[in-house]
Amino acid sequence: MNSIVNGVDLSIDFAGIKAPNPFWLASAPPTDKAYNVVRAYEAGWGGVVWKTLGEDPAAVNVSSRYSAHFGKNREVLGFNNIELITDRSLEINLREIAQVKKDWPDRALIVSIMVPCEEASWMHILPLVEATGADGIELNLGCPHGMPERGMGAAVGQNPDLIEQVARWCKQYYSKPVIVKLTPNITDIRAPAQAALRGGADAVSLINTINSITSLDLDNMVAKPTVGSQSTHGGYCGSAVKPIALNMVAEIARDAPTRNLPISGIGGVSNWRDAAEFIALGAGSVQVCTAAMLHGFRIVEEMKDGLSRWMAEKSYRSVADFSGKAVSNTTDWKHLDMNFKTIAHIDQDRCIQCGRCYIACEDTSHQSIAQLVETSGAKRYEVIEEECVGCNLCQITCPVENCISMVPQETGKPYMSWEQDPRNPFRKAS
Amino acid sequence: MTNDLKHLPRVGENPEMTPQALADNFRDLHPPLTERQAVIESQRCLYCYDAPCIEACPSDIDIPRFIRQIGEGNINGAAQTILEQNILGGSCARVCPTEILCEQSCVRNHDAECQPVLIGLLQRYATDHMNFDQHPFARTADSGRTIAVVGAGPAGLACAHRLTMLGHRVVIFEAEAKPGGLNEYGIARYKMTDDFARKEVEFLLEIGGIEIRYGQRLGDNLNLERLHADYDSVFLGLGLGASRALGLTGEDAPGLAPAVDYIKELRQADDLGELPLAKRCVVIGAGNTAIDMATQMARLGADEVTLVYRRGVEAMSATDHEQEIARANGVRILTWARPLQVLLDDGGRVAGMRFEKTHEQDGRLVGTDETFEIAADAVFKAIGQSFAEASLADPLAVELERDGERIRVDGSFRTSLPNVYAGGDCIAPGQDLTVQAVQHGKLAAHAIHQDLMAKQEAA
Repeated sequence: MNSIVNGVDLSIDFAGIKAPNPFWLASAPPTDKAYNVVRAYEAGWGGVVWKTLGEDPAAVNVSSRYSAHFGKNREVLGFNNIELITDRSLEINLREIAQVKKDWPDRALIVSIMVPCEEASWMHILPLVEATGADGIELNLGCPHGMPERGMGAAVGQNPDLIEQVARWCKQYYSKPVIVKLTPNITDIRAPAQAALRGGADAVSLINTINSITSLDLDNMVAKPTVGSQSTHGGYCGSAVKPIALNMVAEIARDAPTRNLPISGIGGVSNWRDAAEFIALGAGSVQVCTAAMLHGFRIVEEMKDGLSRWMAEKSYRSVADFSGKAVSNTTDWKHLDMNFKTIAHIDQDRCIQCGRCYIACEDTSHQSIAQLVETSGAKRYEVIEEECVGCNLCQITCPVENCISMVPQETGKPYMSWEQDPRNPFRKAS
Repeated sequence: MTNDLKHLPRVGENPEMTPQALADNFRDLHPPLTERQAVIESQRCLYCYDAPCIEACPSDIDIPRFIRQIGEGNINGAAQTILEQNILGGSCARVCPTEILCEQSCVRNHDAECQPVLIGLLQRYATDHMNFDQHPFARTADSGRTIAVVGAGPAGLACAHRLTMLGHRVVIFEAEAKPGGLNEYGIARYKMTDDFARKEVEFLLEIGGIEIRYGQRLGDNLNLERLHADYDSVFLGLGLGASRALGLTGEDAPGLAPAVDYIKELRQADDLGELPLAKRCVVIGAGNTAIDMATQMARLGADEVTLVYRRGVEAMSATDHEQEIARANGVRILTWARPLQVLLDDGGRVAGMRFEKTHEQDGRLVGTDETFEIAADAVFKAIGQSFAEASLADPLAVELERDGERIRVDGSFRTSLPNVYAGGDCIAPGQDLTVQAVQHGKLAAHAIHQDLMAKQEAA
C-alpha cells in the first residue's frame, strides 16, 4: 500500500516494526480472525494487533458482552466489554495469522498473547507465534475483566516484578519486537513501564481498558451488560477514556528512564486529531478499536486523509517529525509560571446572550461576569477583569465557538515557578 | 350562517373532494414530533440562564426546564412544568405564534444559526405524552367561596382552574354548547385536530370544583347584576363575540358572511363534504382569522381564493409564517386595496367585490380612485372582532368603565366594579392570543384570591 497520502509520507518504523501508516487496530473483537483482519487491511489500516491468543482450551465467552455510556443523542461516549481473549483454538489462529501475513507483507501484524505467568507457558507459545512470520508480539498484561480472576491479564500488569519477568522470558524465547501492553488500573503508570523496560521490552502500548460499570437497568436493578439477572465490571474504552490515556502516555514519555521507549498510543482514538494528539505526546503509532466497532473499518480513510493534510499544512514530513513534540511542554505543576495571567474576553458580536457563562461563573466560580440589562431588555454579559482568575470555565460553557477567548495579559513579570514563589512556605532557599 | 351561503354548492359535490381527500387536507398542519425527534430536538436547547424564551412567553413557562426534562425522559415532569404556568399548554403548543414569541427569541435563532429550538413542538410532545395517574394539581382546603366565571374560553378556564387550586369553587357560564371558546370554535381545523380542545377541557376539569353551565349568555338569560349579587367574585372572560361590519350596502346579501362563523361551522362539521363551497372566494382582512379562512377554503377545494388587505404585507397582523401557509395553499394575497362595493347578481346574491386601490399618504391610508373588481361566489369578512354590546347591557354592566370598547382593568385585572374582574380578548392590554388569555385568567385568579383573603382578614 502506498504510504504517501496527500503528498505526505505516513509510514512509520515502530520499534523495528514497519507499517505504511500509524493507524493500527488494537487487539480486540475486530481483530479476532482472518476475515476481519483482511477486511481491515483492505480498508487501509497500517497494522493490526491480532486478538489475544491463549493456551488451549480456548476461552469461552458469555452471551451479552458490551454496554455503553451514551450521550443524550445516543452518541457513544464510552464503551465497555466483558469479552475474554480469543475463544478459538490456538492452532486455527496461528494458521490464519501465517496466511494473512503472507498475503499482506507490507502491513504490520502483531500478535497479542496472554498465557499463565509461568516460564514454560511462554516457552511453549512463543516459538509457535514466531513461526507465523508475524512482525512482533504484544503482551496482554492489562485485561481487567475475567482473566485477572485466573491470575492473568491485569493481575500481572499490576505487579511490576511480574511484568519484568514476563518481558524477559519473551525476549529470551522470541526474536522479534516485544511490546508490553499496560493496564491503567494502577496508581502510577510509570512503574510498570519502567519494569517493562528493565525486562527488555522494545516498546509499551497503552492504555488497556479501565474497570467500569457503564450504566444500570434501574427497573431490574442490575448493571449492563446484563447476563441473565447479573452483571460484572468490564473494560472501559472509547472517546471518554482518551484524556486518561493521553496523560498516561505523557507520563511515560516524559519520565527519564522511559523517555526513549517507543509507545503505541491506545484509548479513545476516534479521528485523526486524536491520533495527532497521542503522537505529539510521544506515541509512535496509535491503536484503534471502539471507533471502528461503532463505524466500521472505513474510518481509517478519514484518519489518513485528515492527518496527512494537517501534517502538510504544518510542514511535517513524517510522523516522527512531530512525535513527542508536546512532551517538553507537559510538566509538573510546580514548574508552571506563577506570574502568567490570562483573562476572559467576550466577543459581543458573537455572543448570543444565553447566560451560561454568567451563571457558571456566578454560582461556581469567581463572580467575574456581570449581567447587564440594556434599556431594550436585551442582556449583555461582560467580564469583570479585576475579578477574573482566568479559569476557562466561561469559555468551556459557551456554546459559540470563538465567542469567549482567553487573553494572556502583559504583566511585565518574569517567569517564576512555585519553587521560586515567595508565597510558597516550602520554597527552597535560592 | 349557512343561510347566507346555502345557495352555494356543497364541498362534496366536487368528485376530487372525497372524505379521504378532505381528511388528508385537514390533518395536523405541523405533525407532532416522534419520541426520537423530541429527544434530539431537546438536546439543541442550551438551557440558557435568564432565558429569553421565558421572557417572550406570555404565560411565563420555564421553557429550558421542561425541555431538559424531556431530554431526561421525564415527560410527566416536563408536562407539569408547562401546565403549572399554563393549564392550556397543549392547545397553546398548537396555536401559539411561536415564531413571534419564544422561538423568535431563542438564542439559536441568531444570525449564525437561524434555527430556533422547536419549542412549540416540544411543548406539544410533553403535553401529548404526559400520563398522570391522577390530575397533577391538587385543590387546597375549601375556602367556602364561589366565583362566577363568564365564558369557558381560555381565559375563563385558566382562571377557574387556578381558583380551584386556591381552594375556591367555580361556576362557569358559557353561552355555547361546548367549552373551549376559540379553541373549540375559532381555530383552523388543521391546527387543532382529534377533538383536542374538548379533551383538554376534560383534563382541566379533572381537578374538580368547577361546574359549567351551558347556554348561559350574558345580556340574554344572564346578567352581571345577578352574578354580582349571587357570587363572591365575578370574572369576565367574554371574548369578542361580534364580527366587525364592512359598512357597505349589500352586507346582508347571501354570499357575504363573517369568517368566524364559517370557521366555527367548519370546526364543528362532522362531514366536511356538507359545507358550502365558494369556488371563487374573497377574504377581507389581514389577521390569522383571515389566513385561516382563506387557507381552509382553499383546502376545501376552492378554485380561486384571494385575500385582500387595505395596507401592505408588513402591516398584516398575521405572521410571516401564517402568510406563508396561505401562499403555500394557493391563496393570492392582494394588498393596498379596500372594499368599495358588494357586487350582486340578478338574484341579489354576492357576485364579487369592487375594490379601490389605496396608498399611504403622511401615514394615513387614502384611496386612489382607481378601482377593480374580483368575481366571487362568496366574500368573507375577517376585519376583526368587536364587543358584543348586548352582553353588557344590564344596569350594572353598563357602568363598567371601558378603554375604547374593551373593558378597562387595572394591573390586577380588576374592573371598575368591585369584585368584578376581566381578562382575555375582552380587555384592552396584550395581544389577542390564547396564551395571553390563559395568563390573564391565571393572574386574575390570584388577584381574586388575594382580594378575598384580604377581605377575610379585614372582617
